[in-house]
Amino acid sequence: MPGSDYNRAMSLYYLQKFLYQLNRDAGVQRRFREDLEGLLGDYDLTDEERAAIRARDVGLLYVFGVNGQILMHYAALLGLEWNEYLEAMRQGVRRHGPVRAGLYAMTTDQR
Amino acid sequence: MSTVFIGVCSHGPGITGRAGRADPRVRDEFYRSFERMRAALEAARPDALVVVAAEHFANFFMNNMPAFAMGMAQYYDGPIEDEKWLAIQRRRVPGNANLSRRLIGAILSDVDLAYAEEWKFDHGVMVPLHFLTPRYDLPVIPVNINCQGPPLSPLTRAWALGEALRRACDAVPERIAIVATGGISHWPATPDSGKINEAWDREFLRRWSLNERDALVSYTDEETYRDAGQGGFEIRTFVAAAAAGNGAKGEIWFYEPIPIFAVGCTIGVIPVEAVVAG
Repeated sequence: MPGSDYNRAMSLYYLQKFLYQLNRDAGVQRRFREDLEGLLGDYDLTDEERAAIRARDVGLLYVFGVNGQILMHYAALLGLEWNEYLEAMRQGVRRHGPVRAGLYAMTTDQR
Repeated sequence: MSTVFIGVCSHGPGITGRAGRADPRVRDEFYRSFERMRAALEAARPDALVVVAAEHFANFFMNNMPAFAMGMAQYYDGPIEDEKWLAIQRRRVPGNANLSRRLIGAILSDVDLAYAEEWKFDHGVMVPLHFLTPRYDLPVIPVNINCQGPPLSPLTRAWALGEALRRACDAVPERIAIVATGGISHWPATPDSGKINEAWDREFLRRWSLNERDALVSYTDEETYRDAGQGGFEIRTFVAAAAAGNGAKGEIWFYEPIPIFAVGCTIGVIPVEAVVAG
């Protein structure tokens, strides 16, 4: 695994790339179920990001700055119903603080 | 003149996927406006429908994000999303690669855009088609404006794209319909999903109806983000449609916030000068 001290914006890119590919590719989805550690090794992620994926922590991924148009499909893949998805993001902000990077880091109206 | 129809509409996935959770009175009125638009579209007897959309990472990702792109395929598959989640069955939608190629060639004189010979439709195209071409028998040509991942093209370039699209459509013998689809103010897929800035929407639609370029392109992205959310970046599609209108004023057939659809639901058209038959 690469050093974890590279800048967060670059890491958010690979985190979103992982989710983007997971959302759309049945082969990646199979590895997600059967070989998660091997799959995660293919992406340049921080330890914290890997932990959030292992924990299925949709709220923390939102706090990391994952775009909702990617995150909502991942939430659906995990079996979260729409309101559960919205609640997971709110809970993420309550637990981990405001969104740290990406588009929503501009948001002032965090609930 | 072979542009025969110009319209704008919403495309939120909730419009089909969460239909059962909306106030049926408002929802059905919205659906009736979509139906009215379908009838007007069919009455224009188009040979192809150009859909100007703002996709949500269905085809394009931040590794190689085109500011503008246009489909050049003989068919398109969609929706990319779970069929049950969207409540739209997966299918193959006809395209017209030859027509695409001619339109792209013409547009490139004015605006740089990428072409794509493979393109999967997400809800941003499938929801409009579900209502407007329910038999999926009209060839569709998708155009995408990046409204997801900043940096984004300025509104002046969305306007230029709309003008170039109109010129290109008018230069081909086929009868072309143009439907642009985007949200106005909305915060889709975030904790603020369902929030709608109705006053901002109505002011934007007022400017859109007047079709005055300077008023339409005067929004900065910072203002739009603050007042209309990240979903507000999709006004680029409406701006392109206005530009394609060649100065004609638009008509709003429907506007109503429907929070469970996560957007102020909108149907609008820009009348196109009647074409003399033959």
